[in-house]
Amino acid sequence: MQHTITVLVENKPGVLARVSGLFARRGFNIESLAVSITDDPTISRMSIVVSGDDSILDQINKQTDKLIDVIKVIDYVDTPIVERELAMIKVNAENMQRAEIMQIVDIFHAKIIDISETTFTIEVTGNTDKVDAIERLLAPFGIKEMVRTGMIAMARGSITAVG
Amino acid sequence: MNGANALIRSLVDQGVEVVFGLPGGQAIPIYDALYEREDLRNLLMRHEQGAVHAADGYARATGKVGVCIATSGPGATNLVTGLATAYMDSIPVLAITGQVKTTALGKDSFQEADITGITLPVTKHNFLVKNADDLPRVIAEAMYIASTGRPGPVLVDIPIDVSLAETDYKPVKEVNIRSYSPHIEINDEDIKRAAELINASERPVIYAGGGVVLSGASEEITKLSDMTHILVTTTLLGKGAISEYSPHSLGMLGMHGTAYANHAVDQCDLLIAIGARFDDRVTGKLAAFAKRAKVIHIDIDPAEIGKTVAPDVSVIGDCKEVLTRLIPMVNPRQETDWNKKIMQWRTEFALKCPADDGEIHPQCVIDCLSEMTKGEAIIVTDVGQHQMFTALYYKTTSPKRFLSSGGLGTMGYGFPAGIGAAVGCPDLPVFAICGDGGFQMTLQELAPALEYKVPVKIVLMNNRYLGMVRQWQELFWNRRYSGVDISYQPDFKLLAEAYGAVGIVIEKPGEVKDAFARSLEIKDKPVILDFHIAREENVFPMIPAGQSIEEMMVNRPR
Ligand SMILES: Cc1ncc(C[n+]2csc(CCOP(=O)(O)OP(=O)(O)O)c2C)c(N)n1
Repeated sequence: MQHTITVLVENKPGVLARVSGLFARRGFNIESLAVSITDDPTISRMSIVVSGDDSILDQINKQTDKLIDVIKVIDYVDTPIVERELAMIKVNAENMQRAEIMQIVDIFHAKIIDISETTFTIEVTGNTDKVDAIERLLAPFGIKEMVRTGMIAMARGSITAVG
Repeated sequence: MNGANALIRSLVDQGVEVVFGLPGGQAIPIYDALYEREDLRNLLMRHEQGAVHAADGYARATGKVGVCIATSGPGATNLVTGLATAYMDSIPVLAITGQVKTTALGKDSFQEADITGITLPVTKHNFLVKNADDLPRVIAEAMYIASTGRPGPVLVDIPIDVSLAETDYKPVKEVNIRSYSPHIEINDEDIKRAAELINASERPVIYAGGGVVLSGASEEITKLSDMTHILVTTTLLGKGAISEYSPHSLGMLGMHGTAYANHAVDQCDLLIAIGARFDDRVTGKLAAFAKRAKVIHIDIDPAEIGKTVAPDVSVIGDCKEVLTRLIPMVNPRQETDWNKKIMQWRTEFALKCPADDGEIHPQCVIDCLSEMTKGEAIIVTDVGQHQMFTALYYKTTSPKRFLSSGGLGTMGYGFPAGIGAAVGCPDLPVFAICGDGGFQMTLQELAPALEYKVPVKIVLMNNRYLGMVRQWQELFWNRRYSGVDISYQPDFKLLAEAYGAVGIVIEKPGEVKDAFARSLEIKDKPVILDFHIAREENVFPMIPAGQSIEEMMVNRPR
């Protein structure tokens, strides 16, 4: 089962290595990982998508929480969340195909952020399913390059991670 | 003052009395700050592995943080084995390493090693100090982290320019780390549920681990078992959690545990695990371990709960605190049929020393030492057959008196850890029980043992084999003794004398007792007691790795 967990850590050098090293060492599978600082510059926030059964997730949470630089681990199990990731997809776009690609971009509320004679670069945000779907639809045109940020997540409503 | 002096001041202010180490270029300022310092003893070891094991032995025997110092690069990497040893057994050790100057970091500089990176998986935490002003705070935090919660080793890496930089020393009184709060509020509901399970059980057994020793909960365990007649089996690291002279002690469980402890665990209806982590050397085949039992798991580390065994009730917290609150809720009880049943096993499977056949058997050597010292000595073991013989045949009466590398199983641990224990507890005799293999991994520490008059008695179980590996090859590899014959070895008596120590060779069973008596009279230097033991002795009982008690071998199979 896939899970999104949020880890608040001290914004210090080496902390990412501590967390990712722990995951690697204990055989926890990271599906995606996104990190950056928060509104509090001393705190960084990691969004980690992991897969595993309940007991593995329990261990992931507890072992991560044990790291000295980890302030808090939040596992969104029963909390509804909003999740987003951003992807940039560079796709072949010869004259004949341009209209068709633009239609797909429209339907997905994506954006064309760069154009060349032969390519479009498309920006899309959304949950994993949505990004997967647009990728699938663009694939027949020939994807030349793609980059995804990994998932970031927040609880819905007034609940916050810090509070 | 400079950073190095601030470092040493911080250590002294934190109550550190002794450091074990070996210098090098990047650690010279630190050693300079130790020069002629009278309030901090500085023991020069001959290898950094010796230094870290000595710090570890000191910590296990005294309950204080053991401190060691090494230089950058190779000095620091030589600490890794000892840090991993301490990490696996949750021992509070502080390692201080010199490092190349901050501007040279990351440039593959001479004697540079990314020691914080290297030790990430084997330390509870580590620090790279980039500013001398941070030193007092970092040392206070490191000591605090090492010794609180589930203890463990912490490394502080100090670049030489930080050691040399001028700083004002301001003592740190209080430590406050927002991301680390070791004190856990114990949940009353959990305690209540644990008490209910105990009160409802008919065939309970206590399984006590190193956490009991670390938290100082021996009295509580003893009290609980005295009032309920619940029998107690311990892990290797739990030895001494309850006096092994107590009628309630079942000795050690697991792969080389006593048959009666393993039968009791196998047949119990409630297993009360306290400060123990269900190590695979204890459980063997997990699915078959205590398969008839409900499980209560008491531990200070939340991550241990459910890591390998899902308990029916868990209580997170310091063992001593948990037991103190649990005991009043537990109903006293008299001995039951269950006690009788276990007593039967205890008689049926009693440990026996082999009959006298003219050879020296290690079981008899340990039995004799146990008798002679009555549990008053500190026993440190190395790793191998002799370790298991000691665990089985030496009766430990109190905690912190049996020290052994359990989790990592580090050969070379015993002798230097014995030095640390002897330095920490100068009034107690210290016996380091070593194999001839393991002793040769760290015997260079004879030099500091003589220099500082540390009277460790080295009980050398000399079988001219890497015995434990030979045992496995005998039992499971069709006696193909590959890479285990170490009969090319020094004359250990002469070796002792070469260093200025005392060497005693013991070749006949009748000489064992006298040799121990002689060694106990030598109080100012180490003694090597070179016991020429039966070469192909095996440790039994044995449950082969990953198997269940059904596969237990009580004796040598034919
Ligand atoms: C550093 C290290 N290397 C290898 C091993 C594997 N090992 C475990 S027991 C053992 C044999 C120990 O032989 P010895 O020290 O002579 O003790 P004995 O078993 O004969 O009592 C070995 C090689 C280990 N535990 N540690």
